[in-house]
Amino acid sequence: MNWNGAEDAGLPAASLPPPPPLEWKFSQVFGERTAGEEVQEVDIISAIEFDKSGDHLATGDRGGRVVLFERADVRDRGSRRDLERQDYSISRHPEFRYKTEFQSHEPEFDYLKSLEIEEKINKIRWCQTANGALFLLSTNDKTIKLWKVHEKKVKRISKMNMDDSQAIGNGSIASSSANSPRAYLPNGGCSERPYNHLSSDFLFPPGGFPSLHLPVVMCQETSLVARCRRIYAHAHDYHINSISNNSDGETFISADDLRINLWNLEISNQSFNIVDVKPANMEDLTEVITSAEFHPTHCNMLAYSSSKGSIRLIDLRQSALCDNHFKLFEEHEAPVPKSFFTEIIASISDIKFAKDGRHILSRDYMTLKLWDINMDSGPVATFQIHEYLRPKLCDLYENDSIFDKFECCLSGDGLRVATGSYNNLFRVFGCVPESTEATTLEASKNPMRRHVQNPARPARSLGSLTRVVRRGEATGVDANGNSYDFTTKLLHLAWHPTENSIACAAANSLYMYYA
Amino acid sequence: MAMIDEPLYPIAILIDELKNEDIQLRLNSIRRLSTIARALGEERTRKELIPFLSENNDDDDEVLLAMAEELGVFIPYVGGVEYAHVLLPPLETLCTVEETCVRDKAVESLCRIGAQMKENDLVDWFVPLVKRLAAGEWFTARVSSCGLFHIAYSSAPDHLKTELRSIYGQLCQDDMPMVRRAAATNLGKFAATVEPSHLKTEIMSIFEDLTQDDQDSVRLLAVEGCAALGKLLEPQDCVTHILPVIVNFSQDKSWRVRYMVANQLYELCEAVGPEPTRADLVPAYVRLLRDNEAEVRIAAAGKVTKFCRILSPQLAIQHILPCVKELSSDSSQHVRSALASVIMGMAPVLGKDATIEQLLPIFLSLLKDEFPDVRLNIISKLDQVNQVIGIDLLSQSLLPAIVELAEDRHWRVRLAIIEYIPLLASQLGVGFFDDKLGALCMQWLEDKVFSIRDAAANNLKRLAEEFGPEWAMQHIIPQVLDKINNPHYLYRMTILHAISLLAPVMGADITCQKLLPVVIASSKDRVPNIKFNVAKVLQSLVPILDQSVVESTIRPCLVELSEDPDVDVRYFASQALQACDQVMMPS
Repeated sequence: MNWNGAEDAGLPAASLPPPPPLEWKFSQVFGERTAGEEVQEVDIISAIEFDKSGDHLATGDRGGRVVLFERADVRDRGSRRDLERQDYSISRHPEFRYKTEFQSHEPEFDYLKSLEIEEKINKIRWCQTANGALFLLSTNDKTIKLWKVHEKKVKRISKMNMDDSQAIGNGSIASSSANSPRAYLPNGGCSERPYNHLSSDFLFPPGGFPSLHLPVVMCQETSLVARCRRIYAHAHDYHINSISNNSDGETFISADDLRINLWNLEISNQSFNIVDVKPANMEDLTEVITSAEFHPTHCNMLAYSSSKGSIRLIDLRQSALCDNHFKLFEEHEAPVPKSFFTEIIASISDIKFAKDGRHILSRDYMTLKLWDINMDSGPVATFQIHEYLRPKLCDLYENDSIFDKFECCLSGDGLRVATGSYNNLFRVFGCVPESTEATTLEASKNPMRRHVQNPARPARSLGSLTRVVRRGEATGVDANGNSYDFTTKLLHLAWHPTENSIACAAANSLYMYYA
Repeated sequence: MAMIDEPLYPIAILIDELKNEDIQLRLNSIRRLSTIARALGEERTRKELIPFLSENNDDDDEVLLAMAEELGVFIPYVGGVEYAHVLLPPLETLCTVEETCVRDKAVESLCRIGAQMKENDLVDWFVPLVKRLAAGEWFTARVSSCGLFHIAYSSAPDHLKTELRSIYGQLCQDDMPMVRRAAATNLGKFAATVEPSHLKTEIMSIFEDLTQDDQDSVRLLAVEGCAALGKLLEPQDCVTHILPVIVNFSQDKSWRVRYMVANQLYELCEAVGPEPTRADLVPAYVRLLRDNEAEVRIAAAGKVTKFCRILSPQLAIQHILPCVKELSSDSSQHVRSALASVIMGMAPVLGKDATIEQLLPIFLSLLKDEFPDVRLNIISKLDQVNQVIGIDLLSQSLLPAIVELAEDRHWRVRLAIIEYIPLLASQLGVGFFDDKLGALCMQWLEDKVFSIRDAAANNLKRLAEEFGPEWAMQHIIPQVLDKINNPHYLYRMTILHAISLLAPVMGADITCQKLLPVVIASSKDRVPNIKFNVAKVLQSLVPILDQSVVESTIRPCLVELSEDPDVDVRYFASQALQACDQVMMPS
């Protein structure tokens, strides 16, 4: 994979032959289920995100916890300044280890609206690293929080002025408050304590008092501490579905069903509404926002997707309220005759910008689509994910599976895309023209167990928009009806920013693969 | 571990609590760092306390912020200016933390210390610190460094100056937008210390790079740089270098940049001087007044008066006034509201004729605006209006607007207008007030919203103060007292409140003759809330009235109330009785 994305002018690697298909291998699993073990609802992973350098991975779960992993394969790290730019090369495939976890959100009850607010983490986004501390945003349905995770020195303090001579006899570890007369203070109002009051005629000798000395602090070890630095609350009437950081490093957006708000990371008590699709009369509501993301480099551009299958690109420079998009991407011709389900399955569940900022990947129920932001006539490529389900849409509607929100992701080099499906399967496609790569993998220790690499696929060219990608029919559906187990779905996955490595969530387990 | 003498206990505890687990106690110790330093003496402060603080800097932000602040004024405690450099290391580490307010405070303290340091000390200690921070691994250090160059630069020898300039240039091209923003923010300060020869070459090229930055957030900070740099340059250089940038910015793709131009316009005009302002900035300003984005028009509309003041009257009438006319019917209420708050200032600039002919219609249409904020903004600037167009013309158009606001659906609007009534009364005079506004003031006493009734009572008091007791006796007191028989007890309570406010203004006689009987009568009210409010009012009347009246009228009434079946009434009655006793005491 020595293809260089910077030379790309139109489609990814338009001039180069497609790279050979990747051979995926199992790398790691965290929280693997033993046979017959029941999954606890709170343990189900609901968000996965790599940081920009790819050295850290965060997962959020339905219990409101955030778990952090860090890269374990040792590398020569170079200077931190380089790390900020994240340009370095490495040879081995990434391996991660558990770093820490913390409780990000707790269940709440909104008494005004008589609503329960789940603690489930909807999205996690990493912010700029500073001083070796990690920063990330996590959100549930209503409240966004900024977390700082850093190494804190564990201190032992000794040699206090007041300890073993006069104090209340509490060993040598004076970090306890035993020797501070807190008990005398009803409200902790320390400044009013008579104890601290020196009489006004108290005289300091010019050389000070030799009997006084500073406590001695010894640091033996460090521990990881997560602290909530800011809480951005009370800005959303509906459920937050996305958060996204701006490339300017100081702002981010949060999107709910009808509105998108712009925040400054340092200011938690106000946000600006930049998109509002709420109609004057809620009965006129036909379309909701399903996902939103900032452009990776242009600070003024952001994209959001809708339940009608369209993606709108908006320019924050044009006006303060961005109700008018400057580009609209939607599929004009319906690939199949319209049915009751056409509109439901057109709903986009996730969009992602490619790293180059030129392409947008979108996921609807049945397909992945790749869009070029310079071409609004239609997607440059469409990939069918699980075409075998099309006859079963009725069942899927009845058990609500048709409303499952699958995420999608792109590789760092922009050559491949991936998304999840049912039966804990996920699919990887090459998105270079002429690429025939279409792999189905299972989130298990043996990803290729039932899913042989797909044989040749009809060559695709830019002109034809709708192409049925023939999947190996034998691979996906077991005759025993296993495939209709819609509870084992792989909704969340993330591609490592610089390497061919995918992290995906199967219920409570985090599987990692590399190629 | 030595025994501590008893008088030193407080200091010993203060020192120990630098490391207490309770953040409040740590904060308290840090806030009294100077006491600790004096107790240790200058030498041990330098050798022990300051290193101790340098090492223990992974505390909570509140503590770090306090530490950064205290260290800024710590020079006397380390032995004077020649030892000031020992304070730099702890502040240097505070410059790298990720919390912005701590970094800013550390930079501020460093600047304060640097400004006092001797020249060679600056070269030996301060300049290296700036260079270290500017080369910092994390962006936080580099951000902080930008705010220190102006201190370091002036005392540095030539070769170091060259280096500092080039480092600053690099910071302006840093990968991190945060660093470029800090560099843009501090460019003006730094440029002020740079020699004119370098200013025109190096600093201007740095500035030009910033003005073309991809990030809107950087470019919009460069707008402020325009004004700062413009003041440093020779007028002709300013016209060649700064003016084109301003004109470009006024047409920037990003509305936020244009907004900044609109906001800074006056400073920018000052920087380029009057002649270029007329030639080039008037068209730019007119464009901003007609911008597509309401936010930009709001900012521009708010500067109308200031801008017109630097223009000649003809130019203002010819170019600006037509835009003002358009803005007065702008689709955004916020634009109209911004315009309404400044438009009257234009009157002196335009002169009486142009004002009556051109400005008055705009003013009148804003006074009839459908949004209350707009009307309120006009009314709040009434003194300026009065001077220009005179009271007769004003009162004709003003009254309907006021009446409408006085009956506005939103109680906050009603509240706002009530607060202007005393001002209006003083400006319009008794005659006008009696005819038109008197009835309104009474009407508010019976508003549905408590805050309005409360404000109405206060308003009556302020009117009584303005026009005097005699006028109040005629125009306020009878009307107020009439309402004491309102069937609703909440309204009766308002009247009691109004009485207690009016009494001190009216004086003992009127209070005794007119107000007191009404209050006493209310003590027979069937609602306990009224009765205990009577007790409260009576208590407030005690200091005003003659002692004989207190004894003969108030006390018996309170005694009766103190035997009321209701516990609250009894409580307040006994409170009031105590107040009576206290007044009696001295005699």
